[in-house]
Amino acid sequence: MEHTTAVNPWVALAYLIAGVCFILALRGLSSPATSQRGNRMGMIGMAIAVVTTLVTHVPVNRMGLVLTGPEGEVLTAGSFVASIDTLAVVEILAAILVGAVIGIVTARRIAMTAMPQLVAAFHSLVGLAAVLVACAAFLNPVAFGIADVVTPLIGPPFATIHPVSRIEMILGVAIGAITFSGSVIAFLKLNGNMGGKPILLPQRHAINLGVALAIVWFAFGFWMSQSPFDFWMVTILSFAIGFLLIVPIGGADMPVVVSMLNSYSGWAAAAMGFTLHNSAMIITGALVGSSGAILSYIMCRAMNRSFLSVIAGGFGASAEPGGAAAASDRPWKRGSAEDAAFLMQQAEQVIIVPGYGMAVAQAQHVLREMGDKLKEHGVRVKYAIHPVAGRMPGHMNVLLAEANVPYDEVFELEDINSEFAQTDVAFVIGANDVTNPAAKTDKSSPIYGMPVLDVERAKTVLFIKRSMGGVGYAGVDNDVFYRDNTMMLLADAKKMVEEIVKNLD
Amino acid sequence: MDFISILSIFVLACFVGYYVVWSVTPALHTPLMAVTNAISSVIIVGALIAAAASGAGAAGGTSKWLGLLAVVLASVNIFGGFAVTQRMLAMYRKKAPAGAQK
Repeated sequence: MEHTTAVNPWVALAYLIAGVCFILALRGLSSPATSQRGNRMGMIGMAIAVVTTLVTHVPVNRMGLVLTGPEGEVLTAGSFVASIDTLAVVEILAAILVGAVIGIVTARRIAMTAMPQLVAAFHSLVGLAAVLVACAAFLNPVAFGIADVVTPLIGPPFATIHPVSRIEMILGVAIGAITFSGSVIAFLKLNGNMGGKPILLPQRHAINLGVALAIVWFAFGFWMSQSPFDFWMVTILSFAIGFLLIVPIGGADMPVVVSMLNSYSGWAAAAMGFTLHNSAMIITGALVGSSGAILSYIMCRAMNRSFLSVIAGGFGASAEPGGAAAASDRPWKRGSAEDAAFLMQQAEQVIIVPGYGMAVAQAQHVLREMGDKLKEHGVRVKYAIHPVAGRMPGHMNVLLAEANVPYDEVFELEDINSEFAQTDVAFVIGANDVTNPAAKTDKSSPIYGMPVLDVERAKTVLFIKRSMGGVGYAGVDNDVFYRDNTMMLLADAKKMVEEIVKNLD
Repeated sequence: MDFISILSIFVLACFVGYYVVWSVTPALHTPLMAVTNAISSVIIVGALIAAAASGAGAAGGTSKWLGLLAVVLASVNIFGGFAVTQRMLAMYRKKAPAGAQK
């Protein structure tokens, strides 16, 4: 009955080793000091997996031959190896080479501020690759060892895919397709080709539910009958639902979306691993799947919102008018670059709070320059990172690392929040909602309960913002602007910091 | 391998993943996403099998080309993913000892 390709124990062992290498790769990321070694383990694991597959699946020319038994049943797989198919070998190596060149060139050229888009784009590729592999397996199941060839009394022989493999395959194609179309939308939003504002279709929950039920229905049909129609319907509808799910989600919720798609790309790989009985793929899929799920959880917790409410979308679309109206009529203080430079020079400790605005303005390098200047004046400089600052988990950390800020000056929210009370200057650059004290006090605020950085506890808050009109993503006014100890620095983040640096000499 | 042994590997790997990922420092969450991206392209194994299979008939031929296309996509991801992770990780450095910093 079991018709899988003969499993050579050495081959299985090689895939297992590859899987272990991937575990070690993630393990290495527990500290920056071991992380590069971890990444190399990942490369080794991948090399083992790829070489093993290449060696065990050399393309060959087969001579057709069907040996039938006395009752017409097929005794052998129907062909034997005649020679190595050199053309196919060249094609495969060329395909790898083309991919390698594109990948490496992209990785070298990409700006660090564009990392969220790049990751979304890479996710879409994994999703599409999963769909293609599932389709290939569906069209040629015998090659994947997941089907029995049945020769009926009348008509040509045909392959019946094992029922378990059908489920695994349809799962793989569905998750892959959702990953692909969802990531494409996420990419377009992050890259600015599509507005960051949530796009709300009428009746979207009903539509999504309908499409999801249809997918389940056709998947069930495929399991029962192996019908091509059901297979393609699942594929098409999954592409559609990936699109529908991500379109209504706003820009600042992208950290959750990107993590979620990361998770999906893992589950897609795991489903294909089940189909192919390949331990490397299953281990990787499980690792990546749980990694993405944990990251989504961390991001949701950092916003005090449930995963479902983020996925339901629409946050920040309706709250805007109220917040903006209240903004104009309260007194606030405006500062200049000279004031800021003077205040920080006198300070003992300055905590810098970067947000997405810093990434947009590309201000990280000049910010580090400012930090260096301050250190020359004997000021202690620290950086405070909110988990959802930026557009993906760890976004701010990468940008600061790019600007050569040592990672031991960069702190997470829970490690530094108690220090604001003993800090002379909190310097907020391009962040807003993550500093809003309303999250602690105002039960009616949409961000109530979200952990925030207590910048208002510092002696002075310097708040860089482009203008007083706009509100943060959540559409709520920030009380910090109007406090006695706050000085608003209204300008483009990069220009303002450059000015401050000039004034620090 | 029968279904239950595969499922065992999967379930245990989920637990390993859970504990390993929680131990990743938040500062490295972006490289984590990039590297998980690269390793999930191990799906190239399936793509290589499809591309190497001798395609009998039209379906087999299509299957082979789909496989080759998947090989290209997955290898963009593998090489790009590891390279960009390497590039990011190389940027993380500790505070230089006093005086050494320029």
